[in-house]
Order: sequence, then structure tokens, then C-alpha cells
Amino acid sequence: MKPAPFAYERARSLDHAIELIGGAEDTRLLAGGQSLIATLNMRLSRPQLIVDINRVPGLDHIRRRDGHIEIGALVRHAQAERSAEMTAHAPLIAKALPFIGHPAIRNRGTIGGSIAFGDPAAELPACFVALDGEAVIAGPAGTRVVKADQFYKGLFESALTPRDILTAIRLPATIADMRTGFAEFARRHGDYALAGLAASARPNGKTLSEVRLVFFGVAATPVRARNAEAALANGDIEAAARALATDLDPPDDVQATGAVKRQLAGVLLRRVALELMEGRT
Amino acid sequence: MSERFHDIGLTVNGEEVRERVDARKTLVDFLREDLSLTGSHVGCEHGVCGACTVRVDNVVVRGCLMLAVQCDGTRVETIEGVSDLGEIADLQSAFETRNALQCGYCTPGMLLTAQELLARGDVPSRDAIRAHLSGNYCRCTGYHAIVDAIEAVAQSRAGGRR
Repeated sequence: MKPAPFAYERARSLDHAIELIGGAEDTRLLAGGQSLIATLNMRLSRPQLIVDINRVPGLDHIRRRDGHIEIGALVRHAQAERSAEMTAHAPLIAKALPFIGHPAIRNRGTIGGSIAFGDPAAELPACFVALDGEAVIAGPAGTRVVKADQFYKGLFESALTPRDILTAIRLPATIADMRTGFAEFARRHGDYALAGLAASARPNGKTLSEVRLVFFGVAATPVRARNAEAALANGDIEAAARALATDLDPPDDVQATGAVKRQLAGVLLRRVALELMEGRT
Repeated sequence: MSERFHDIGLTVNGEEVRERVDARKTLVDFLREDLSLTGSHVGCEHGVCGACTVRVDNVVVRGCLMLAVQCDGTRVETIEGVSDLGEIADLQSAFETRNALQCGYCTPGMLLTAQELLARGDVPSRDAIRAHLSGNYCRCTGYHAIVDAIEAVAQSRAGGRR
């Protein structure tokens, strides 16, 4: 199908973009467009105004600062894939990137767009929560920072209001003993996952501490499996897998039943747990 | 006041183009309908099939997931231009020799996507070729012949450099 009519503005600066989305009802920000334009084409979304932020300067940096790695919202997936900084200091994101869409999608899609859109089956929102990141948000009243654990509120709903722009995410730069794990099931490489898991932890003798297990594709938002995290911290993979029965309640969707997703979540957990415990980071 | 219609200027296959476009027109529809460049095909219109693949500023993109109005000031290349320049003559020839196309609907997208992989200069594994093509559907060939053709070209280009 073709999109319904809309007006279009190209933002010259962040302030200009904030002014544009504040000045009209029913606007959408256009970054990489790899989800938005598909929904426009299918007329699942019919905004009055599209504000294109692709040429807003200063939003495509990847830099280390104060123990964080900051990733500008307009950094494209392909740019992040090529970044030595990302491989060294955000290895979980580096592991997840090849699973996102296909090469042509990754050439356009942006890190900020994926985090802000918050598709429940997308990889990066789960990585963002697993890494205990922060979202840097610019709005009419200035800039604020929201922790990843507080960022996702519901299906396609986040701490962002229709007047806000996500300008960057910050992740704690990986320190030497940080371990990460990532796995997903999709019917075709690059498709949205039926279920996936992004995880981080720190080794503590023979056990783990600060375990974060974040599942995607199994709920309205990325979801932490807190009981499984506790079990895994004690080194008990089977207890962690059993704990998923209380942590997760995946609904049926067009791709798989909840029961299938629950089964897959257990398989993913066992795989990723080995990655975390053996330190194959 | 925000407008629906915008004047854009861009380069398409090396030629300067100036047109007035409706903001809602996708790049692939602009190329096909306004410029009569019908080598880029329209399949699913939501980024899944890869039939609309074109290059914008040297990278392969989905023509259905970019708006024409976004391409103001960019350099767009389609299968017509890439073909005329001879950049992928060996790849096209390998596709023909190995029966890597039947109906041809996916072929322009396959060629441009494959060329992006081959342009890296190494000889990719068959798995890497398949992963790179994962976003391009072919409903005729079963992909095997396509992978064969791309692998053969990668090997012959690597051989030519030695």
C-alpha cells in the first residue's frame, strides 16, 4: 500500500525539531524510517506531519566519556557494527547488531530509533535494559536522563512524550570482568525474534553477581526475569530455567503460541547462561 | 506552514534530476513513476522482500523505506545505472550462466545486495553470502544457484587481483 498524505519538514537543528513537533498535533519523528515508513505504507500510522531529523547535526557520535559509552541517536546500525569503540566497550550491542534486520535495513536504521520505538521483539531495547543504560531525552523543558529500567512503560510506550526527542543512549563502558550473552530464535535470519535474550553479569568466584536477564519478544516490553537472575547468580542454571515459569507469561502472537515462546525462553536461558558462566564474552 | 509538496534535487545514475514530489511518495515509486526507471521493483512495500533495493550515497537501502523527499541532495544509483557502468557485468554474467534467476523479479535487488558484499574485497563463505542475502526474497530459484554465482564471482575477482 501507499502512505496516506502528510506534510514533511526537515529539522535543521535539535531545537528546530523540538519546535516542529511541539507546534502540531499528531507528528512523527523520522530517523532511519525502517519501522516508521513500513507502518506508513501499511497505513497503520497516519500522522499529519513527519519531522525528518536525519540532518540534525551532533547526533551521530560514538564516544567514551566518564566511564560511559555514549551513542548518538542517529548512529546507524551499520556504523555501530563497524565501530571498534562499540566492539571494545559495548560487546553486547556488537553481538546483537548482526541479528537486526538485513544489511540494507542496518544501513539506514538508527540506534536511537530502535530504542525509542521500543518494538517488544527488537534486540536493542533488551540490550539497553540488560546493560543498565540511560536515555538522554531533549524536550521543550530541557534535557533529562531516564534509566533503562524506567524507560519502557508498555506496548510501544516509553518515558518519551510526543514532544520529546531521544538524543543519545549511555551505556556503562564494559570493564574487564563484565560478561555478556545474547541469543534469539527467528524463523529467518534478520526477522523479528520469536523470543530472544540479552544478558549481562559479573563473575564472583564460581558464581555470578549483578545478573541481568532481559527477554524480548515475550511481553509488551523487554522484560527482566528477576527470579531466574537470582537463581543464576547462585550458579543453578536449571533452577533459573524453572524460575522462568513465574518470571514470564508470554502471550500468543501470530508467530508462536505462548507455550512455544516459554519453551524457547528456557532454551535461550540455558545457552546464554553457559556464555555468562564460562566467560565466553 | 508545513507542506505536503517539496522541490527536490538529486543525482540519479549520474544525471541531475529536479522534481516536485509529494512527501508521501517512496523513493522506489519516485524512480519508477516519475523517472521511468522500472528496474527497481515493488514487492512487499514494507521492507521485507528486497525487490526495491537501490543505492543512496553508496549504500544499499530499501527503496520502499525511504521517502523521495528525503533524497534531496543525495546520489541515487539504480540497477540501470550500475548495469550501464559495467560495474557488475561479471556478476550478471554469472547469474545467467548458473541459472541464478528465473522470473527475474528479485534479480536487480539481489545483484545490488551481492555487489555490496563483494565490494568488501574478500571471498565470503557460503554462510556469509546467505546471511547477507537474507533480506532478499527469491521465490523461483531456491537460492542455491544465486549463492553459487556470487561465490564464483568472489573467487574470480580475488583471482584477478593476485
